[in-house]
Amino acid sequence: MFVRDGTACVARFGPGEAAVLNEVTLEVITLLSERFDHDDPVVERLFPDVYPEDPSASAEFRKYTEDDLRSAKLEQAAMLLDNLPVEGGEVALDEEQAEMWLRALTDVRLALGLRLSITDDTDLEDEIDKAVLHDPTSARVGQLSVYAYLTYLQESLVGALSG
Amino acid sequence: MAAPQVVPVEETRTEVDEVPATDRPWVTVVWNDPVNLMSYVTWVFQKLFGYSREKAERLMLDVHHKGKAIVTSGARERMEYDASRLQAYGLWATVDQP
Repeated sequence: MFVRDGTACVARFGPGEAAVLNEVTLEVITLLSERFDHDDPVVERLFPDVYPEDPSASAEFRKYTEDDLRSAKLEQAAMLLDNLPVEGGEVALDEEQAEMWLRALTDVRLALGLRLSITDDTDLEDEIDKAVLHDPTSARVGQLSVYAYLTYLQESLVGALSG
Repeated sequence: MAAPQVVPVEETRTEVDEVPATDRPWVTVVWNDPVNLMSYVTWVFQKLFGYSREKAERLMLDVHHKGKAIVTSGARERMEYDASRLQAYGLWATVDQP
């Protein structure tokens, strides 16, 4: 988890944590590049209609903004991967890097949250318990744990950056 | 929704103090989503719009409890710019002329 150290936001990642963060970030990069598809609900969420009741105005807006938005999202995800030691270790982010990480973590959590059908009423601990009872070896157990981890990680980074 | 380009003739019969649609300000609306952290949303409002912590928190709580909040208002082009910046931070933003 991130803490403030002088002007930097610092965290230590174990090898498993680094591998997980690397994997979910790569998934977002894939989604934003070779698998980019407006019919994918994650893409729809990351690039929402700015005029929900006016498809043509939304399309016009998208025509002028989507390329930049997509580049920005790819850039922030790439920076996260650049800063993250593959085998784990310490990460020290300056303010600009911390902001890029926050934005990248947001995209990763939005993608994962949508795939896991997270709602306002979801209690993550309960949800993980339920998934474990149903099948402790299921992919859902692992994904929910990853989502919970990313939530704590992002919360700690907001705190470290603001503090 | 695009503003009407031509004021209908019937307009003259409406109340005199009614502001024509073309003069009414546009707004940027942020919608609630189940993923974004309250602390993060507050931070984004402070960062993008220079709002005080109090104002940013109040808007974040409106989004959280009421489902949405108007975060900026003004010219349509400016609102589109704000919406695109909010989207870059992963917030669900739309533009409207209420």
